[in-house]
Amino acid sequence: MKKKLDGGKVYRIFSVIVITIVAIGFAFPLYWIITGSFKTSAAINATSPQWWPEEWVLDNYRKLFSRQVAPLWEVHIPFTEILFSGPQVPAAIRWLLNTVFMAVVSMILTCATAAMAGYALAKKRFVGRTVMFTLIVCAMALPKQVILIPLLREMSAMNLYNTIWAVIFPIVGWPFGVFLIKQFAEGIPGEMMEAAKIDGASEWKTFSEIALPMIKPGIGALAIFTFINSWNDYFMQLIMLSSTSNLTISLGIAKLQAENATDFGLIMAGASLAAIPIIVIFLMFQKYFTKGITMGAVKG
Amino acid sequence: MNRMNKALVRRETFAGYAFMLPSLVFFLGFVIYPMIQCVVTSFFDSTMNRDDIFVGLANYKELFQDKIFIGALWNTIIIVLVSVPVVCIFSLWVSSVIYNMREPFCSIFRCIFYLPVVTGSVAVTVVWKWMFNNYYGIFNYVGKSLGILEKNINWLGDERFALGCIILILLTTSVGQPIVLYVSALNNVDQSLVEAAEVDGATKIQCFWKIKWPQIMPTTLYILVITTINSFQCFALIQLLTSGGPNHRTDTIMYYIYYTAFKLYRYGYGNAMGVVLAVIIAVLSGIQFKMAKSD
Repeated sequence: MKKKLDGGKVYRIFSVIVITIVAIGFAFPLYWIITGSFKTSAAINATSPQWWPEEWVLDNYRKLFSRQVAPLWEVHIPFTEILFSGPQVPAAIRWLLNTVFMAVVSMILTCATAAMAGYALAKKRFVGRTVMFTLIVCAMALPKQVILIPLLREMSAMNLYNTIWAVIFPIVGWPFGVFLIKQFAEGIPGEMMEAAKIDGASEWKTFSEIALPMIKPGIGALAIFTFINSWNDYFMQLIMLSSTSNLTISLGIAKLQAENATDFGLIMAGASLAAIPIIVIFLMFQKYFTKGITMGAVKG
Repeated sequence: MNRMNKALVRRETFAGYAFMLPSLVFFLGFVIYPMIQCVVTSFFDSTMNRDDIFVGLANYKELFQDKIFIGALWNTIIIVLVSVPVVCIFSLWVSSVIYNMREPFCSIFRCIFYLPVVTGSVAVTVVWKWMFNNYYGIFNYVGKSLGILEKNINWLGDERFALGCIILILLTTSVGQPIVLYVSALNNVDQSLVEAAEVDGATKIQCFWKIKWPQIMPTTLYILVITTINSFQCFALIQLLTSGGPNHRTDTIMYYIYYTAFKLYRYGYGNAMGVVLAVIIAVLSGIQFKMAKSD
């Protein structure tokens, strides 16, 4: 007997095949970045592309690391001229380090401030709470990038232009995190808070020992979300950072591209250096990340 | 009693603000203050190293006579009009197919569609630039091998194709988040309703439109709003791929703001554009909300 295929099944099989093909298309640029970074320049400039590199070489990375140097780290003591700097290393290493520093500090500051503020907005009944929340939601709906011009002038006035802090502070100020944590904190049962109050726990203790453990998944989601978004926030980095030793890895590649537009091997080596760490982190914390995206979408 | 209540309110208010304080410092200092500044400076002729001069509405007047701005606005509208429906329909379709797949398949698909977002706009853009390249790009190679193209096309340098190429790349970096949202929304659809309808003999298609669609409406609305905002803000792609060229054919508002402010150093004029952009986005989001509510 012939197996009968109904319309639904045909549609489903057809869809899965098409989606698989499209998904391959989505993964292809990444594959092309990574394999491209190991190709010889002859293979890259060949008129017929090598789908799989015939010869794997490290030339592109060697070129990337020997182009420019920068001190590994620099610590500037505020309000003085004193500057401590580390040994000279390839500039790309410094860019990577800058990016990691920027993303980690943004993440920590965002999580700390948003955890407290989100908790207060969800659980504290204070005057001006509604106004505050409306302000946050309205700010979130506006395009973040239109504030970049005034932000640049503000940072110059504060002597923060061309420092990593000029990138970090606006990320911390962006109210998405507060909104996200508020969604999680709504779920803290009121009775637990009451019980703590009756037991005479201080406000801080109520927050740190009762609320904090309950909003932990939210903080995890926010942490990974902030990390990835700040890593990739190219526009702000472009405007705030200028000197070679202060660039982030994204800016570094953009600059590389502007200076050697057709050395695709070199550019792909830079792109791999920027993309692979963040993709590994994304894959490791994927679960939290998905949660953050979906919780942030629930309308409050 | 009354006094105790008052004390309680005072304590709550004090604690509330104490917890809000660190976040408020950053929020007011680096989001709200610049937003106000943006509106204020849009009425000034403002540039580097000199005091601002009040010019009233002159910036706005100039804006609506500026051919490049009108062109950039037009391009932005084309990008939004193409990418928003495509992103919404495509992500809903993909999600409806993958959401009930066995693990790990659903996660794998979701992950792959999210990859271009995580990879970062710069890394994604530079590899596409290579793929679109006139001489070494694979698009020309594949096109010629399949017999579609007769000779190499300078995709990004050709007025006919540049904007299309940009929209294509933008699409690949825009569907990741909607798919994550739709998959989770479809998984949260009330299963008992679906089963009841199936018992009553509803077809799969009826099930979808009559039961699931209304329940995922809030998600659709959210996706519409974020995709609109993201498409309006398309910048990195333009700056790295074409710099608005050829001949300003791929300027978007966001890129033109950048160009005005950071290449021509006309801060006031750039801010006026920013205000117009914010108003457009606010109005569109409002309309989308209204439409979704009346549905």
